[in-house]
Amino acid sequence: MIKRRKFFEAWFKALGLSALALAVGTLVLLFGALLIDGIGRLDWQFLTSFPSRHASQAGILPAVVGSTLVMLVTACVGIPIGVAAAIYLEEYARRTWLTELIEVTVTNLAGVPSIIFGLLALGLFVYMLGLGSSILTAGLTLALLILPVVIVTTREAIRAIPVQIREAAFALGATRWQTVADHVLPYSASGILTGIILALSRAIGETAPIVTVGALTFIAFLPPSPMTDQPPYLSFEWLMSPFTVMPIQMFAWVSRPGEDFAANAAAAGLLLVGMTLAMNGLAIYVRYRMRKRVSW
Amino acid sequence: MRRIQLVGCRLAVGLLTLLCLGNEPVGANQSSLIKVDGSSTVYPVTEAVAEEFQNAHRGKIRVTVGIAGSGGGFKKFCRGEIDIADASRPILKEEMALCQKNGIAYYELPVAFDALTVAVSPKNTWVDSMTIEELKKIWEPAAQGKIMRWNQVRSTWPDAQLVLFGAGSDSGTFDYFTDAIVGKPKSSRGDYTASEDDNVLVQGIERNTNSLGYVPYAYYAAQQKKLKAVAIVGKNGPVLPSADTVRNGTYQPLSRPLFIYVNAEAAKRPEVRQFVEYYLAEGPKLIAEVRYVPLPDQAYEMARERFAKGVVGTGFGGEPEVGLPVEEILKRPPKQ
Repeated sequence: MIKRRKFFEAWFKALGLSALALAVGTLVLLFGALLIDGIGRLDWQFLTSFPSRHASQAGILPAVVGSTLVMLVTACVGIPIGVAAAIYLEEYARRTWLTELIEVTVTNLAGVPSIIFGLLALGLFVYMLGLGSSILTAGLTLALLILPVVIVTTREAIRAIPVQIREAAFALGATRWQTVADHVLPYSASGILTGIILALSRAIGETAPIVTVGALTFIAFLPPSPMTDQPPYLSFEWLMSPFTVMPIQMFAWVSRPGEDFAANAAAAGLLLVGMTLAMNGLAIYVRYRMRKRVSW
Repeated sequence: MRRIQLVGCRLAVGLLTLLCLGNEPVGANQSSLIKVDGSSTVYPVTEAVAEEFQNAHRGKIRVTVGIAGSGGGFKKFCRGEIDIADASRPILKEEMALCQKNGIAYYELPVAFDALTVAVSPKNTWVDSMTIEELKKIWEPAAQGKIMRWNQVRSTWPDAQLVLFGAGSDSGTFDYFTDAIVGKPKSSRGDYTASEDDNVLVQGIERNTNSLGYVPYAYYAAQQKKLKAVAIVGKNGPVLPSADTVRNGTYQPLSRPLFIYVNAEAAKRPEVRQFVEYYLAEGPKLIAEVRYVPLPDQAYEMARERFAKGVVGTGFGGEPEVGLPVEEILKRPPKQ
């Protein structure tokens, strides 16, 4: 009897380990191949140049700037709306058939293929609202895309806060908003942040919806600078600028005739992985800082 | 939470500011913009021209090029969203109607040749040339599940499995190949390895001794050691694809012209006019550099003349046609 249980124990351990090895092994292999192909190409010239028909003169600059700006818009729009919606659903809304319906819809939206969001955005932002194929449109599209993910993960995080915390706050006379702002949010921040980073990491690699709203491939200039030399020293003109993003640039390079652009594509891939890792790193750091502050 | 977001955004803005300030001394909004979008087949050519053109007019004129596909490009073009559409096929009836509805007149200008190369692995010792009939026998829908071995195509060929590679059904390459070989666009057998990425096809054909496939000429030209091109038997014997045979029109029916469509209204803007003229004048040199085949000099001459005289419209009636010489297209009275 015991022998059998021990055997099962060992068997499951082996199974779990091999599953882990498979997942990590594939990742390491892929990343290794990317590294070998791309590392030689990843230099200052590559980072600061515009696209070119010569593989050795081509660079990634407009795509890096485009990706960063689009993500900035996405984060500044998607995160506040998503978090606010989640707070409302968890803390304020009464359970009715309407909130149930919203809940189901949001969960389902998280699984909708991204191209659908692109088509929606093409009709809504590009044509109806007349925003054109701009950084703003792309940012809003991706914000829509990450909204369900942010809402779902934020709600999970908020739900994990014990009810007693809220009851204690109410007992001391705190309003609902004070409870949320001073207790629920800070305590669940690490969970929320994890969700946000996952969502943004998904968004930065998206190609289909961005192509649908009209991202470009060859663009040899940068969006207008957000700082100007005349008052008010801030300009939002860059929001309306045409743009390209890294996955599109990568795709364009991979599909060119011949092999000379393969190294460029690999280098762009490395950079993209690097950017995602940097975002994750930042999140882990902030999460660590926040956890230290929480004491209960 | 709020504080963190603020810090995050501020950090990002700061970084971006640094980036932008460092790289763009010239105010961006003083310069004019030319928008090009469309076929990914024409993209390398337009990209090369745009790159050189921008270098020649440093900072003054900006050009953007997208790859929405021929169909996507025409959609935008007929809505008046872009100045120039890249197209690997002539404008179709519905697109002509849309352009007409929106009052958009256009110049149809051929800019380069694209040719399809039928290729086998370098390890293949038996195939040198094929006829259109043989290719049709292999690729027509009726061949599916039936024509599976080389000796079924020609009895002198070995009794070996026939492994096929070809374009995915969304690409213009697929439309053109099926139109030229089978006689009807999009009519093809389905049991072959299909990919939208032609580099994948090149690899597949190279590795299997018994393979046969077709790729755009530029992909063959870029990696000639990996593929063995099959000569196509025409009226005067077998013809191998090369810059010369495509240019002088003997490599038929697998070569076709690529076009740019220029919005006639936009062409009144000096920068668009300059760009198109630059395209037709400097194009041939750049086209060879990106491994496409330039048109005969006379065709560029005729295209320049058409643009200069303001002759708008298409030489096709909204139907793609196979195997037409470019000069012939340019001689026809264009329709709107």
